[in-house]
Amino acid sequence: MTDQLTFVRNQMLPPQEPPIREAGVVKWLRENLFSGPLNTILSVVGFAIILWLAANIIPWLLHSVWNANSLGECRQIIAATWGEGATGACWAMVRERWHQYLFGFYPMDMYWRPTSAFFLMFVALAPVLYNNLPRKMIWFTAVYPALAFWLLWGGSVWSPVVAMLGFVVMGGVFTLLKDRLGVPLSAGIGFVAAAFWWLVLQGPLASAIHSVLPIGLTSVDSDQFGGFLLSIVIGVTAISASLPMGLLLALGRQSDMLLVRTLSVGFIEFIRGVPLITLLFTASLLLQYFLPPETNFDIILRVIILVTFFAAAYIAEVIRGGLAALPRGQYEAADALGLDYWQAQRLIVMPQALKISIPGIVSSFIGLFKDTTLVAFVGLMDPLKGITQVVRSDINWKGIYWEPYLFAGAIFFLICFGMSRYSMWLERKLKTDHR
Amino acid sequence: MSLVQDVPKDSFRLSMLVYDTRYRSITIQVIVLILFMLFLSWLVNNTIQNLAAKDRTFDFGFLGMRAGYDINQTLISYTNDSTHFRAAMIGLLNTLLSAVIGCAIATVLGVIVGVLRLSKNWLVSRLMTVYVEVFRNVPVLLWILLSATILSEATPTPADYRVTEAMIAAGEAPKASMLLDDSVAITTRGINIPAPLVERGLPRLELGPISINSNMLAFLIVLGASLYGWQMLRAHAKRVQEATGVRPTTWWKSLAIVVLPTLALLIAMGFHLEYPQLTRFNFNGGIELLHSFTALTVALSLYTAAFIAEIVRAGIMAISRGQSEAAAALGIRPGRTMSLVILPQALRVIVPPLISQYLNLTKNTSLAIAVSYMDLRGTLGGITLNQTGKELECMLLMMGIYLCISLTISALMNAFNRAVKLKER
Amino acid sequence: MKKSVFLGTLSAAALVAGIAGAATLDDVRSRGELICGVNVGLTGFGAPDANGNYQGFDVAICKAVAAAVLGDASKVKYVPTTGETRFTALASGEVDLLVRNSTWTFSRDNDLKFDFVAVNYYDGQGFMVKKDLGVSSAKELDGATVCIQTGTTTELNLADFFKANNMSYTPVTVADDSEGQRQYLAGACDAYTTDASGLAASRATMPDAESHIILPEIISKEPLGPLVRHGDNQWGDIVRWTYFALVAAEEYGVTSANIEEVATSTQNPEVKRLLGLEGDLGAMLGLDKEFSKRAIAAVGNYGEIFEANIGSATPIGLARGLNALWTQGGLQYAPPFR
Repeated sequence: MTDQLTFVRNQMLPPQEPPIREAGVVKWLRENLFSGPLNTILSVVGFAIILWLAANIIPWLLHSVWNANSLGECRQIIAATWGEGATGACWAMVRERWHQYLFGFYPMDMYWRPTSAFFLMFVALAPVLYNNLPRKMIWFTAVYPALAFWLLWGGSVWSPVVAMLGFVVMGGVFTLLKDRLGVPLSAGIGFVAAAFWWLVLQGPLASAIHSVLPIGLTSVDSDQFGGFLLSIVIGVTAISASLPMGLLLALGRQSDMLLVRTLSVGFIEFIRGVPLITLLFTASLLLQYFLPPETNFDIILRVIILVTFFAAAYIAEVIRGGLAALPRGQYEAADALGLDYWQAQRLIVMPQALKISIPGIVSSFIGLFKDTTLVAFVGLMDPLKGITQVVRSDINWKGIYWEPYLFAGAIFFLICFGMSRYSMWLERKLKTDHR
Repeated sequence: MSLVQDVPKDSFRLSMLVYDTRYRSITIQVIVLILFMLFLSWLVNNTIQNLAAKDRTFDFGFLGMRAGYDINQTLISYTNDSTHFRAAMIGLLNTLLSAVIGCAIATVLGVIVGVLRLSKNWLVSRLMTVYVEVFRNVPVLLWILLSATILSEATPTPADYRVTEAMIAAGEAPKASMLLDDSVAITTRGINIPAPLVERGLPRLELGPISINSNMLAFLIVLGASLYGWQMLRAHAKRVQEATGVRPTTWWKSLAIVVLPTLALLIAMGFHLEYPQLTRFNFNGGIELLHSFTALTVALSLYTAAFIAEIVRAGIMAISRGQSEAAAALGIRPGRTMSLVILPQALRVIVPPLISQYLNLTKNTSLAIAVSYMDLRGTLGGITLNQTGKELECMLLMMGIYLCISLTISALMNAFNRAVKLKER
Repeated sequence: MKKSVFLGTLSAAALVAGIAGAATLDDVRSRGELICGVNVGLTGFGAPDANGNYQGFDVAICKAVAAAVLGDASKVKYVPTTGETRFTALASGEVDLLVRNSTWTFSRDNDLKFDFVAVNYYDGQGFMVKKDLGVSSAKELDGATVCIQTGTTTELNLADFFKANNMSYTPVTVADDSEGQRQYLAGACDAYTTDASGLAASRATMPDAESHIILPEIISKEPLGPLVRHGDNQWGDIVRWTYFALVAAEEYGVTSANIEEVATSTQNPEVKRLLGLEGDLGAMLGLDKEFSKRAIAAVGNYGEIFEANIGSATPIGLARGLNALWTQGGLQYAPPFR
């Protein structure tokens, strides 16, 4: 009987190749691009869009000209190289004017100053952004504003130093009086003392020291600032200056005191309710009415002040979000420990609320940084419109459109994209910490 | 007697204003109030002094004077003989038009992109990511400028549509021709579409300064009434279905209720379309959507849609997977799961940030001058300010109007938010 | 915390930027710098070059005034102004002098409280159209789309012109000159209207200049000139006579090249007075004798400025026309230096 079994398999069949539809590229394509009628249509439409964009942009980019002295010369070179009617990018403009896009009209032999201020900014930011750095570095962060101011505007080194001493005065008065008068009152007196220092003593003291020990850099007027230098100065100054103000506004909005709350809400809603451009026009057109007769200061400073107000309203909302995210128990625990309001804020609430708010603050900064382009409407040299307008009024570059926008847009994209990635990374990191 | 004496007398001392928590908040508020009043009076005093020093007055009388300039997009009648106030109203309406249409497009686009970013289609989700990142990280001013440039550089001029005798003789076709059976023309200036007109129209309703197109009003009333009738029909069908289990056939009734009355009205009024015609310089007749409007609205929509897409994506991801699994277990198809289960819940997460995006879009319409669109800032805050030199009045008025718009939007949207909020018992 | 430091120092130091007083001359002297409001986007009249140096027909006036008052033509701080911000900048004391191709009108002089001290360019509003449009007169523009710059007198002139001729048009209001030119070239409007000088400048730089024509009609008078605040007559006189010195220098053949030579050789009493060799005209203005000589030496006479920035030798190629000296049939005329 057994011999009827003609065949017994005594070895395994080798596994077969999967059908072509279920392996390799085809499988990936089927799963990711053509998994259903709708997806197929979407994929085809997507491909069509990519092809259309590529067909329109790539030839233009390929026909780039980097060496020319005017737009006319660019056009001639393009026509000569790629034939009549060909279009191409004229990057020669960027080659000639890139420094104006970055620095505006800052004196060329002093470009090292804004550049070093820019890189030192990261050193100053590092201890705020990364926890595992030596805590001593926070001192550098504290003096950085004065240092950056001195590097950018130049002048005697003693004015920023004396101005910094004003904060020492404020801190000293505050610590002396804190135990006797309580936090709010002594803070107020400290502030008044510092204001006195700045308004009355600052000028004579700085010039006195300067006459004894003249150390300084060539001073640069703020009307020479332009391009990304201007955007970054306005953006960074406004967002940093708006932090304390936003913090106070956020606390004011949560306060039990009706009047304080109303004023805070009124300020925040007003600023958030009007377009930034009207605030900029206020800086350039209306401040002359609101300030005492015959005071007059720099348009850039006025713009920075108004942009600071603008940023403060948004920061206040971000911090309010952070405060709201704190569990009620944290407040109650602080009360149970017998901490007073300011102690509770300083030791319990703020460290947690600010940590949650950092990603929001970074996105506010991205928004603000993009909005600095609007200063062009009050005659400042922003990189997008202001400098481009200057370039286009040069007889050599009259009539150039795409290149300046693409150049400035690309730099904006790099900076903002980098920051938003950082913010997302931070958000993820903070989230895991929090659970 | 002595009992009363024993109770420590809670006499009021001045220092309690600072140290006693019962009084401290009052003290602080009084100080804040005084400081605030001082600050306000300082501002007002400065303003009065400055106005006097410049020999200027503060009055809004200029709003009643002749404007003297022309505006290309006027939603209500306007000539250069109208007042500055009328010009400001034109600007305001243009701002609102751009804002409303922009918000609508941005919402639709944002929801689609947000959903597609979560799509399993590799190409589409990548494309959407690129779109969102590119648009979010570049200033909106650039998008406005670019869209205006593209619209006017990539379209034919009106002259390209012209057919001359010589061209007919030579058998040449014009460089450009109108779309959709000679009814739509896209030129460097705008998009010309046919305009609906009626032959036997009703007279205009004059209500004081406002003049209402009663044809449009009649059309809307009839349409509204028939839609209401359709709702009634559907409700009736539902009742029948619930009572008997059989849903009556309603499609032809619905069609008749919705279409017939409106159609009858249109025929009665002699409805026809006016097609754009090429004249000496431009297309005339029909409706012209100026590129300045299109560029601003499209750029703002695309920019805001990128933000809305992120909000929608975050909202959808906030809904736990269990919800879609439960829907699947109930046998609901994926598309219906999205519209019936996921989106309604995600809406609660989406709406609050959506409000601020609407506000941003509305405020960003003030960049219109970059593309020659005459919005509020272009008329009141631009030409009027320039011609009259009344910067204080113009700017304050403009800020006030923007503030009102913003507060109205946030009030409306907050009301909506309360309506869709999760009602917990 | 550390953040407010920045603002504190910033405000403390930047407040030094200036306090405007009643006597502009004293302010300028104590500051050691003339603050001049200029245009940054008008080819030939005012724009910074690749090195950030301001150049142009209007800018030369600023330089001349700085040379006259401070003795150094480079002691000028240029404040870029837009059509909307220019008058406020002047009224608020942010700038000492505004030279931004601004038209002298009754209301600007009286309602806005400014003094136009002179007319450095007699201009008029014109139209530019493409040749193949087949238009030879502005009166044939009925129904056309017209590009126009905002923040100027041109909007009103345009409305008046079309109304007077009973024609209709569609305005496209653009923000600046380069944008207007782009829209016009792209065909977004049939005609581009602005001051005739601006049209000529735009046309000169177009890739196909010969296919555009400037229509013969000049629909308005646009006397463009430097202006100062009302009420400071001394300062107004300084700017006015510095400007007249440039015009007079052209009339008497004094150029920046030959000024030293003329100063030693001239016998003409008027030239001697102009160059401060005779009499003491400068003292009457509160300046020194040689203020006008310095101004001429720094920027050249009116004719030199014109030729160097916008004249026929430049790509802009404007003819002198109304801006020729009165001796050559133009309107540029300096009162006697006496």
